[in-house]
Amino acid sequence: MSVGDYIRDSQIWKSVFRHPAPYDRRNRVVVMLTNFFLHLHPVSIKQQGIALSYTWCMGGITFFLFLVETITGVLLMFYYRPTLEWAFNDILALRDVTTLGIMREIHRWGAHAMVITVWLHMYRVFLTGSYKPPREFNWVVGVILLKLTLLLSFTGYLLPWDQLAIWAITVGSNMARATPVLGHEGPGFQFLNLGGYDLITNASDARFLLLGSRFVGEETLNRFYILHCVAIPLAAAGLIAIHFWRVRKDGGISQPL
Amino acid sequence: MNSLPLITSWLSLGSLEPHPNVTPSVIFGLGWLYLILFCMNVAWTWRSYHKGHHIDLPAFAGGGHIPTAAVWATYSTVLMLVSVVHFSCASSPESFWLIMPDFAKTAVDAIVADARYFFAATTVGFFLMLLLREWLARPNIGWASLNLSLLFLTISMTDWDFRQIVGKPDNVPIVAMLFIVGFFTWVFFYRANENDRRAAQGRPPVEAENNEKVLTWPDLVYTEMICMIAATALLMLWGIALQAPLEEPASAVKTPNPSKAPWYFLGLQEMLVYYDPWLAGVVFPSVILGGMMAIPYIDFNKLGNGYYTFNERKFAITTFMFGFLPLWVGMIILGTFLRGPNWNVFGIYEFWDVHKLEALNNVNLSEYFWYGLGQPLPMAPAGSDFWTQAPYILAREAPGFLAIGFYLAALPGLMAGTIFKKFFIRMGFVRYMVFSNLVLMMAALPLKMVLRWAVNLKYFIAIPEWFFNV
Repeated sequence: MSVGDYIRDSQIWKSVFRHPAPYDRRNRVVVMLTNFFLHLHPVSIKQQGIALSYTWCMGGITFFLFLVETITGVLLMFYYRPTLEWAFNDILALRDVTTLGIMREIHRWGAHAMVITVWLHMYRVFLTGSYKPPREFNWVVGVILLKLTLLLSFTGYLLPWDQLAIWAITVGSNMARATPVLGHEGPGFQFLNLGGYDLITNASDARFLLLGSRFVGEETLNRFYILHCVAIPLAAAGLIAIHFWRVRKDGGISQPL
Repeated sequence: MNSLPLITSWLSLGSLEPHPNVTPSVIFGLGWLYLILFCMNVAWTWRSYHKGHHIDLPAFAGGGHIPTAAVWATYSTVLMLVSVVHFSCASSPESFWLIMPDFAKTAVDAIVADARYFFAATTVGFFLMLLLREWLARPNIGWASLNLSLLFLTISMTDWDFRQIVGKPDNVPIVAMLFIVGFFTWVFFYRANENDRRAAQGRPPVEAENNEKVLTWPDLVYTEMICMIAATALLMLWGIALQAPLEEPASAVKTPNPSKAPWYFLGLQEMLVYYDPWLAGVVFPSVILGGMMAIPYIDFNKLGNGYYTFNERKFAITTFMFGFLPLWVGMIILGTFLRGPNWNVFGIYEFWDVHKLEALNNVNLSEYFWYGLGQPLPMAPAGSDFWTQAPYILAREAPGFLAIGFYLAALPGLMAGTIFKKFFIRMGFVRYMVFSNLVLMMAALPLKMVLRWAVNLKYFIAIPEWFFNV
């Protein structure tokens, strides 16, 4: 008996993997049904639906990058403190002295890559007409996920608290003060007023809601940190689950039923 | 070493720091790039050899055939020699001759350093790509285009200013994205052409053949596994090779010039040149998102579901690609590589001079209208209240309101009777109105650009009193 067989015969192994290794047809079917991670997939699948030259694999890579970002992000959270006193210094230390500080590089480049792969995924889905019935709703979910990906990247941009960060966020968030009705420099903000008293000012408009302040400051750093590490990832994870579920329920990634 | 040319070059650049176009390490690095290009082309030569294609010579050249592989082999040999030249000449940069010549820099900059020419070039290029799709999608042409763009990038690296902008760590993914988007656009046309040829012969698309069900284990899970490993390896190499950018600590009083949004939002920042923030930063992004969500509900074409095709979905694909390639990716290129201090447009080989001046004499539509009639602008008496002012302001901006009203309300009706007649019949009123307004909103950006360049139009409706400028 080989060592491999001995391990696969042990009670521990069998308690984890409920069926023999997927060497024959029967076990290749049951492995898909009994393994939590694999059960996202159907047991069998149309050949063209998995051809790399057809799918470009961009949706899958986007999801994988989301996982990479989650793992490296959690590791970075152990180290990084989102305060004016520490944010920049912690990033500096990650660069210069911290063991495995390369997590920051992987996190940042992974984020850029994810923006690109999510665009290419959308490009492929459009070019193969995969949004057509019965997959209309899943395209809508996908558009929201695209927006969340951009917002994740945008909120993360501020966290290093260097010149690149605050000015990119300042430029980006300045638009919010021009929001119609809800921005203090937007058209129609005068309509929201009570007895001659403006409800929308630079301390109560859409930009203030985003920044937690009238300028990009410590409150903004805190707000973006929570959005980046908790709120948006949770929303994205939920929508990803729906996205995958609907791929299954709508009959695969593409082609009419 | 004669230091006089160096000093004069400092003076001409208006800076105290030396900006050498080539240094030993640049030349040595380019040697490696040419070596990589050489290896890529050796592989391609090998492929051509096995395909056994020929190129027919024209009659005046003898009318014979040359194997395609021979052409690629010759080209690969030249690349190898170029690479050797770089490795052996790296020690004497001042006499190095394989550089981007100045006249070529001037010629390229003359086109790209002007938003008008840049936009015209990307738009014309886009429609040429659609027209020439049969020819461009041939593998040898695709490979030649890739080589041309890589050679352009490589030889441009011999320019100091070009290196500054392309070599910024955050810009590296954008350069990569250009090649990746180009590659996948090529893949699309290659596959769409094949299916369109099949459709013309009455055969089913490639995707409909060999489409039996296979087991997910091993056919899909192994592909996923390999993709994950490749992605991880790539990210690690990228992380090791390029350090994530970290500038000086944040300072609220030191505004960098230019201040740029993150690169994927530079298309929106570019819109700010033509529209006010409430439109460019709030309304248009919302319309883009809403419009993208609306796509499945307004595209009534049942064809092209689950296979690549261009001919069966000409309008949908042209519109979407126009939005994605020239308007989104194109504007990102413009925002990243060409916008410099004071948001002026600079050439890719041009020094970012803070003092570059561009005259802006933009005129509002209302000014064109009233001054054209020889009248002053309607003006409320000084110090009057909101309700006294409002009729004057509305009268002043009446031409703009009429123009916008015509554009968004009347034009859809006119189009429903003419160019979009079939669409209107197939879609019904509500769908058609959503569709036509989305198309018109998308056209609003290029339209305003052209009007700005042609007649210096500033705003259709200019009511700064109410922050309402269109």
